[in-house]
Amino acid sequence: MKSLAELQAIRDRARAQVSLRENSDNSIRVLVGMATCGIAAGARPVLTTMVDEVAKRQLNNVVVTQTGCIGICQFEPVVEVVTPDGEKTTYVKMTPEKALRVVNDHLVNGNVVTEYTIGANT
Amino acid sequence: MRELSLNVMDVAQNSITAGASLIEIRVEEDRKKGELVIYIIDNGKGMSEEQVQRVIDPFYTTRTTRKVGLGVPLFKMEAEMTGGDFSIQSKLGEGTQVRARFLTSHVDMIPLGNIDDTIVLLISCNPDRDFRFVHQVDGAKLELDTRQLREILGEDVPLNTPDVVQWIKGYLQEQMEELLQQGGAST
Ligand SMILES: Nc1ncnc2c1ncn2[C@@H]1O[C@H](COP(=O)(O)OP(=O)(O)O)[C@@H](O)[C@H]1O
Ligand code: FES
Ligand SMILES: [Mg+2]
Repeated sequence: MKSLAELQAIRDRARAQVSLRENSDNSIRVLVGMATCGIAAGARPVLTTMVDEVAKRQLNNVVVTQTGCIGICQFEPVVEVVTPDGEKTTYVKMTPEKALRVVNDHLVNGNVVTEYTIGANT
Repeated sequence: MRELSLNVMDVAQNSITAGASLIEIRVEEDRKKGELVIYIIDNGKGMSEEQVQRVIDPFYTTRTTRKVGLGVPLFKMEAEMTGGDFSIQSKLGEGTQVRARFLTSHVDMIPLGNIDDTIVLLISCNPDRDFRFVHQVDGAKLELDTRQLREILGEDVPLNTPDVVQWIKGYLQEQMEELLQQGGAST
């Protein structure tokens, strides 16, 4: 049974780790487009996969969040990855499987998955 | 949409854009009556009466980048297709309530789908806002209020901490299982 006591324990652990967490200037930002068209095209499972995988691998330097209209409906679901140096990669027509690969190759190992980028799909 | 919970994700996004600090999502299933009612209630900037009138018309949107807003009209159409109904009540400066009622036995009924995924993502992607989620099935209900979680977590542990997100997910799942047992027993 998930109890509030368990949540307290999570809090205490998180507090102890606060110093380990990188500050936001050094973090990689992952933005998943969640406009009506993105959601209809399957953005929610992509976002769920990203959130879960980043949690599972304890990637404390990655922030996953949703964003609105990216303006390219025909390429939805769209995921943008922004690295600390300001470099932005736009992944298009994403699926949960592709999301896993982006986490592994790009977020963990720093290699852009070129075949999923907008450049390779136009 | 393939699931109504995806519409909820989309419509709640309007509340976020409207600057809401508190968003309440209520899902009320009455299996005997064959009825499902979904509410999305926010304390965002609200709309004038005239704006509300035009929001349900697909050629209305205040956004400048695109002319057509489809989220609300789509949700409305999905409710009406089942013989249900749809309403928006809004007041400038106070907030908005969207209500959609579905008749679940209709052939055009779209399943609710994974509402927990929607709630978990809304919370984890908007850790600075509060969400209240109520899911009622027949007589039984589950509730999750991020203001309560925040009280336990304190100010230094955000709601999007991965372990917290996983806890919320597990909590909703367990509560739902329990709720279905209770609800199932009463029918
Ligand atoms: N909860 C709300 N609070 C304030 N304004 C809203 C709300 N919901 C919808 N609106 C207004 O209605 C418009 C249309 O919404 P929608 O149909 O979802 O299309 P879109 O979000 O793509 O513009 C929004 O752009 C916004 O101006
Ligand atoms: S409406 Fe499709 S990307 Fe904006
Ligand atoms: Mg919208």
